[in-house]
Amino acid sequence: MSGINWFRFSSPQSFYPLAAKMIPWFSALAVVFGVIGLYISFFVAPTDAQQGEAYRIIFVHVPASWMSMFLYLVMAFWAAVGMAMNTRLAGMMASAIAPTGAMFAFLSLWTGSLWGKPMWGTWWVWDARLTSELILFFLYLGFIALQSAIDDPRRADRAGALLAIVGVINIPIIYFSVQWWNTLHQGASVSLTRAPSMAKTMLLGMLLMALAFWMYSIAVSLSRARAIILERERHTVWVEELSELNQ
Amino acid sequence: MSEASLWNGFSAAVRRDLLLAMRRKSDVLTTLFFFVIVTSLFPLGIGPETDMLRRIAPGVLWVSALLATMLSLNRLFAADYVDGTLEQMALSAVPLGVLVAGKVAAHWLLAGLPLTLLAPVLGLQFDMAPRSLAVMVASLAIGTPVLSLIGAIGAALTLGVRGGGVLVSLLVLPLYVPALIFGAGAVEADVSGLGSGAHLSLLAAMLAVAGFFAPWATTAALRIALE
Repeated sequence: MSGINWFRFSSPQSFYPLAAKMIPWFSALAVVFGVIGLYISFFVAPTDAQQGEAYRIIFVHVPASWMSMFLYLVMAFWAAVGMAMNTRLAGMMASAIAPTGAMFAFLSLWTGSLWGKPMWGTWWVWDARLTSELILFFLYLGFIALQSAIDDPRRADRAGALLAIVGVINIPIIYFSVQWWNTLHQGASVSLTRAPSMAKTMLLGMLLMALAFWMYSIAVSLSRARAIILERERHTVWVEELSELNQ
Repeated sequence: MSEASLWNGFSAAVRRDLLLAMRRKSDVLTTLFFFVIVTSLFPLGIGPETDMLRRIAPGVLWVSALLATMLSLNRLFAADYVDGTLEQMALSAVPLGVLVAGKVAAHWLLAGLPLTLLAPVLGLQFDMAPRSLAVMVASLAIGTPVLSLIGAIGAALTLGVRGGGVLVSLLVLPLYVPALIFGAGAVEADVSGLGSGAHLSLLAAMLAVAGFFAPWATTAALRIALE
């Protein structure tokens, strides 16, 4: 194998400047996708026949839910890489992603309940998706709490990694059990799935917003990873020699 | 390592933890009293209507069993970690995973099994039918080992960590959700005429999966803590 040595960037020292170069690009992409996505969601997408204008929160709600689930997978991926290869950076990436994932899970629950109030007349129903999203939020909180409770960063990384991997194995089990529990109870006659076939512009708006959230997550995680690198490597020579810290 | 010596290691770990618990009976009894008190609080908070109590009984008993198991998790490894026994176990010729499995089995014998045996008595307080009580006991008998197995991972991860007792609840309770759903659901399904077979089978499937993976994950977590 020739070409770029990818492992070069697994060292915090060489990753730090690389991340600095990548952050503006991903931030710009997030803004561009976000502006186009919001324009389509508010001005182009047609008013829903049943739900009126209130449905437009879907353009934040659904991408936020997608991202919250996707980010947990990415976090568990980095955790697994950290466990298998014993690289420091992978653990840093996992802990950099967690707060963003938790934020999206919370955003998804919050917008969901804002949407639920005008549509179903209630802030919360024990719908399968809402419940599993709530449990996902708890899993994020557990990961963050465990990492912040352990002082030694290497141990925090490894313990968090193990928890993330156990969580990712459990997510499908939790999802399906919650779904089955919900269909057994069949209390409320509310269904999220009765929505009629979606207009193409609605789907486009949602995809653009998802892309915007994705780019935002990358940019934020990278800058958080940079902060973590600085904090953990503060005793090293290369950090002391950084020009941006010696002004 | 021969099969016999693995079994010897396992049973030695079980016997040791049982013996330690017999010397300090209050630890085990506190968990049981917690279970009894929590379940008795629900009628006081909700009201004594029997119809209502009968309906919430499986959920109340299961949630209380969950909390009681969780509270007893810290005695699984904490004392052995502090006095260095755990390090000796990690160094011994018997694989750590086998000893961990033994400790988890002992934990279930001391926490899960008494809860299961106590549940029908408490179920009578809630006016549960004999048939529901039987299903309840079956679901707890299959479900509480799952709670011990998953809880052991949380207990190992929070060893020697600041605020470990509260933290373990945050880590473990979300993972208990499937066991809770199918455990309490089994009784409800039986009452509604659907039959509890599917729920109990799924619970048993969870036990099989957890029994295979959880000791392994617990061992990995212990090795992180021992480094």
